[in-house]
Amino acid sequence: MADMRTDFAGVSFKNPVALASGTCGFGRELNEYFDIQKLGGICSKGLIEHPHGGNDGIRIWETPSGIMNSVGLENPGVDAFIENDLDWVNSLDIVNIVNLGGHSIEDYISGVEKLNKVKLDLLELNISCPNVKEGGMNFGVKTEAAREVVRTIRRCCRHKLVVKLSPNAEDITSLAQMCQEEGADGISLTNTFLAMAIDIKKKAPVFNNVYAGLSGPAIKPISLRMVHQVCHAVDIPVMGMGGITTWQDAVEFIMAGAACVQVGTATFMDPRRALDIIAGIEQYMEDNKIACLDEIRGIV
Amino acid sequence: MATVLENRQLSEDFFLLKARAENNVRPGQFYMLRAWDTYPVLSRPISVFDADGETVTFLYKVVGQGTELFSRLEAGQQITLDGPHGNGFPEDIKGKIALVGGGVGIAPLYMTARAYKEKGSRVDLYLGFSGEPLLEKEYGAVADRLEVNVGGFITDYIDPAEYDYIVTCGPEIMMRVLYKKCVDTGTAAPLYVSMENRMACGIGACLVCTCRTAGGNRKVCKDGPVFLGEEVFGVG
Repeated sequence: MADMRTDFAGVSFKNPVALASGTCGFGRELNEYFDIQKLGGICSKGLIEHPHGGNDGIRIWETPSGIMNSVGLENPGVDAFIENDLDWVNSLDIVNIVNLGGHSIEDYISGVEKLNKVKLDLLELNISCPNVKEGGMNFGVKTEAAREVVRTIRRCCRHKLVVKLSPNAEDITSLAQMCQEEGADGISLTNTFLAMAIDIKKKAPVFNNVYAGLSGPAIKPISLRMVHQVCHAVDIPVMGMGGITTWQDAVEFIMAGAACVQVGTATFMDPRRALDIIAGIEQYMEDNKIACLDEIRGIV
Repeated sequence: MATVLENRQLSEDFFLLKARAENNVRPGQFYMLRAWDTYPVLSRPISVFDADGETVTFLYKVVGQGTELFSRLEAGQQITLDGPHGNGFPEDIKGKIALVGGGVGIAPLYMTARAYKEKGSRVDLYLGFSGEPLLEKEYGAVADRLEVNVGGFITDYIDPAEYDYIVTCGPEIMMRVLYKKCVDTGTAAPLYVSMENRMACGIGACLVCTCRTAGGNRKVCKDGPVFLGEEVFGVG
């Protein structure tokens, strides 16, 4: 029997597959389709300290092999999440990753202070959302600007801290190394790629924000390259994501060095897609007599 | 997976697809349909035209890559039906009811009209088309009165003051005009509107189909697609 257990910064995943932030809410809807405890983990919809209504206009647009989204961090706020959903997620046998974003450094700090008072397994710090004009990705593009955020949050955050990197960063490896220097427990990448669509009938951008975030299989080879680069640049564990749609994709990310993977857009193809990926990895391990994933992790 | 029983072309770009699937669909609900593996990435939310316990029928218009793939399906082929989703139209209303549909928005009104009529309501159907009118005989059979307009504004034909309830599905501009007409005529009839925002997950997890309402953000796929007109259009 293949052993899929994976350690990530001292947190034990029963298998290396989690659902990515923004594609699974807080887990309740998907739990109506299957027992989400079969997953390794779940990453919450991106929270901000205060409730936020998100972007106006079109929020989703298909591309060949992908989608662009411009949800804009619509979320009920940290307090509502703690009151309504956190206990439920914690009651499950699953790694609880809470994703926190912000429009300003003050947002991040007050969000962290609230989350410091509750139980969770990993705090994923989103410095990479492309859909928020004032902040989000701006914090995650330049290494030295991001350093201020990571340093500040590391000081006040009592949880294990995973920093989610933007593929739009000027230098992805220096950003990752900075996170390690500042005491992050892990790194996750990639968030979506800044992208655009134009409505030629209206002669205008499709999205009110002009640019939006591209995800799905279209970005997988680039995300895989970035995960590979980052895994070679840091010693802290890496959670890889970006267009993972099949178990073969997941194995590629693990061979590139990722400790765990997150599945996002593929859930929209089939809500149970992450389960197929887990089953596929297990079958692959059995067929190739791989006892544990460390045998192939970072092998490339 | 469900087996396609029939996929009948009604006009240049409208099709009626019937599939075998056990269900307990309520009028106004929808399914996420998919007839491919990976691409296009997203499944397509399609309203139920009609259903019994064993089969579901969808009226759809070919507008893009996904619906174009549906149009090629033949009897005996497989399609993924995920659903039914959404709240549907209110079931407990009774009286004189107007149903107003535009374009492919007429789809959910067939089953809805029949259900209201079976419960003893008087049902008037107002259907607007930009091209060839569709299924007039079928719609006529589930209504006390059928008003069809081609190329104009179907909202011109209805007097909201005549009704106890009004139900609508169609282009947002049509529903907005109807809402304004309801307000202007001071009718006491509640207006129920069915929204069709773009969706990704279809189950309430991704917040892509959010609709601003008087009561705050709502998920069209899960809290809707049916809302009170004043909740959606009364907010400015």
